[in-house]
Amino acid sequence: MRPAIRIAGVEKSFGDTRALCSIDLSVATGELFGLIGADGAGKTTLIRILCTLLLPDRGKAEVLGYDSAAEYRSIRSRIGYMPGRFSLYEDLSVEENLRFFATVFNTSVEENYELIRDIYSQLEPFRTRRAGRLSGGMKQKLALSCALVHRPDLLLLDEPTTGVDAVSRKEFWEMLARLKEQGITILVSTPYMDEATRCDRVAFLQEGRLLAVDTPEGVTALFRAPLLAVSAREKHRLITELRAFPHARSAYAFGSSVHYADLRDEVSAAEIEAYLQSKGLRDLSVAPVKPGIEDTFMALMQEKGGCDE
Amino acid sequence: MKKRFSLSRSFRGFVGKEFLHIFRDRRTAAILFGMPVIQLLLFGYAIRNEINEVKLAVCDLSHDSVSEAVTDELLSSGTFVLAGEPDAPSAIAPLFERGALDEAIVFEPGFGDRLEKDGKAELQIITDGSDPNVSRIITGYTAQVVGDYLGRRTPSGSGGRGVMVEPLMLFNPALKSVYLFVPGLMALILMLVSSLMTSISITREKESGTMEVLLVSQLKPMQIIVGKVVPYFILSFVNVVSIVLIASLVFGVPCRGSHLLLLMESLLFIMTALSLGIFISTMTGSQQVAMMISLGGLLLPTVLLSGFIFPVESMPLPLQLISNIIPARWYLVIVRAIMLKGAGFEYLWKETLVLVVMTAVLLGASVRKFRERLD
Amino acid sequence: MNEGVIRAEGLTKTFGEFRAVDAISFCVAEGEVFGFLGANGAGKTTAIKMLTGLLSPSGGKASVAGFDVYREAEKIKRNIGYMSQRFSLYDDLTPMENIRFFGGIYGLGRREIAEKGRFLIESLGLGPVAGNRLGSLPLGWKQKLAFSVAVMHEPKIVFLDEPTGGVDPLTRRRFWEMIYEAAARGLTVFVTTHYMDEAEYCDRISIMVDGRIAALGTPAALQAEFGVGSMDELFIRLARPRAKEGI
Repeated sequence: MRPAIRIAGVEKSFGDTRALCSIDLSVATGELFGLIGADGAGKTTLIRILCTLLLPDRGKAEVLGYDSAAEYRSIRSRIGYMPGRFSLYEDLSVEENLRFFATVFNTSVEENYELIRDIYSQLEPFRTRRAGRLSGGMKQKLALSCALVHRPDLLLLDEPTTGVDAVSRKEFWEMLARLKEQGITILVSTPYMDEATRCDRVAFLQEGRLLAVDTPEGVTALFRAPLLAVSAREKHRLITELRAFPHARSAYAFGSSVHYADLRDEVSAAEIEAYLQSKGLRDLSVAPVKPGIEDTFMALMQEKGGCDE
Repeated sequence: MKKRFSLSRSFRGFVGKEFLHIFRDRRTAAILFGMPVIQLLLFGYAIRNEINEVKLAVCDLSHDSVSEAVTDELLSSGTFVLAGEPDAPSAIAPLFERGALDEAIVFEPGFGDRLEKDGKAELQIITDGSDPNVSRIITGYTAQVVGDYLGRRTPSGSGGRGVMVEPLMLFNPALKSVYLFVPGLMALILMLVSSLMTSISITREKESGTMEVLLVSQLKPMQIIVGKVVPYFILSFVNVVSIVLIASLVFGVPCRGSHLLLLMESLLFIMTALSLGIFISTMTGSQQVAMMISLGGLLLPTVLLSGFIFPVESMPLPLQLISNIIPARWYLVIVRAIMLKGAGFEYLWKETLVLVVMTAVLLGASVRKFRERLD
Repeated sequence: MNEGVIRAEGLTKTFGEFRAVDAISFCVAEGEVFGFLGANGAGKTTAIKMLTGLLSPSGGKASVAGFDVYREAEKIKRNIGYMSQRFSLYDDLTPMENIRFFGGIYGLGRREIAEKGRFLIESLGLGPVAGNRLGSLPLGWKQKLAFSVAVMHEPKIVFLDEPTGGVDPLTRRRFWEMIYEAAARGLTVFVTTHYMDEAEYCDRISIMVDGRIAALGTPAALQAEFGVGSMDELFIRLARPRAKEGI
């Protein structure tokens, strides 16, 4: 099947700043694809190129089979786009916003109500409330409804979960999963590493470069160094001592423990425990742990530099 | 066919949304409808510099029938109040210093005789030069009243030949400043409100990110621009009508020419201002900058260079040249001509053409500059 | 814990009928890293505004750094540091200009500012970009500088309102290492965050739901108490609240 998105050698600079350097990426039809990276990694630029609001300096982007430069009108009518901030009219009510976006996309709320019912029904009790007075989570749902109201084939969502609390984020991903079941291809960007596991495939973006593109499992498999979860009473000293260990590759806080990666191919928990004990750390626990998305991302970040390297 | 219909539906939806914005936001509505009325009342009542209850001292060194008749004529005009009759000119200065006077007139000894014999007599008019505008107006009006009277007194014109005839104020004999202000205010208000509203409403969409969504929607740039113009065009029209109504009902300013012509020319001027607002919004991405340009950049030139307060003819040449690109300058000529002179289109086609060209250029430039993409 | 640097007892704020903060009580000890969590609209921001002396409470008692929130709001402001994602530093000034400006606001002397400024620029590795506008620097650097500036006047407590939004995981951890270091020196850190893994970096956390504190304790103790495996689960279990009302 033809991919929903095909990007080949796309580059983009703003003045002296290189936002994207030679990106190659392809997203299959029906996929829920995650674009993961921090602020300034190039996520917004890439999404804007895909929704034809920006032209790449070099390279080619194909969306739903249309060229993003030449056939932008065909793309625009077939995609649903949710920009980084929830772009709603804050002085209009929930219902007025939805109706407005339906009309400018040439349709009516009733025509595609099936598709958005699941999401919009949660907003229904606040139909007459002004969008500016909704919570972050509610704005997010309204913005998604507005992006969906014309039944697009492809959804491009730029950081829809930023600034929204954990409960709303969870609900949002559940909605995306249901939309995917309806056959809509979704590309979503996020700075939250833990959201990667909810995608079919993810791309890690850092300083305009793709660090990796794979399934969440495939990505974590890229992390090969032995990894230990270490905890002790004084966490800050623990990190310092672990980094001072001669074979240390990295030591970073992960939740309640510290993830320690070794430079050698194998490492024993007992060895590390003995070392830390000799440094006077107490309440020690050391155990092997499976690397997660974040471990991999951080390791890849340190291996690969920016555009010009 | 179906496609065209549905496009117009999305366009109508867009215009409808603009109206919602305007009436939803009390501030916008207040600026749009309140500002014109408040400004007009302010200028009309508070800042008028017409002459009223001028405190006049008469120093009659002649005391003959002519000088007394002239004095009576002045006092009965309704504009002057007698504030003293000093015996000697030297007593006048202290009265001015105390602020008891706005004007003093001195009849030379034997005023009536001299006028009779030589056909020439001297009447001195003294005013307070610290307010040159007012004193010029008072002087002019006094001279006019005196000249009128003396002219009437010697109907064949033979006896009046020696009287210094001052410029006659046609169309606005009492120099009512409201007459001058109303056309100027119409220009100013329509200019500011129209350009401010359109420039802000477009930049607001850029700031909130909704412009991104509009760009990827079915709406074409032209539709977005026109969709922004239409609501303000209609509302500004309401403003024109209310200004003209207030002008005639509250201040008694006449409209001597065709009302229809006045409305049509006003609509044209509104279009010019709206196009300017759109053009401003294509150059900037923030509401703040748009507001600064629309208010700061347009207010002073419109007030100072349009002929609203200072006549264009008396400006230095460079400023006269600059004034040519100020739309209000042309509109002002049109409105004054229609309202005060009752002029018809045949006298105004040149100014009208200038506004048409300005509007076309601004709109054209806006459509060209309005990008379908972000960079 | 009675000697806490931050003490709140029945602290309440009402807006009309609405109880934004409903009689919350807690204590934060010196040198503690205290995580203050809650869904959007749970009342976190209102509580922080009261504790930083920006908003007068409607009821209850609270003291910060030994000063009463009702009577000594000005003294509180002088003894705390504050950093938020929304307001931190001026993008159009250079790092050094920012340091000078905020140093002045915090009442530091000219020589002190110059000394601290040099030290900060050097320790943060900002030397090569000291003359550039702040806006041109990566977000991670800005956040570190913002934190350093917020504690420049050596306050007893620093309030961090979502300090790490939007940065990559590496930068986030480096930021937290700065927090640990400062806490090890005795600074009390009061921090809000949307990242649940960051909640576990805190010594103790509280979770606000509908204006009340629904959970308070060490991350491990809370997970045991509520029988959940992660902070994420705990948060979703507790904070499913008025989000339904769309406030």
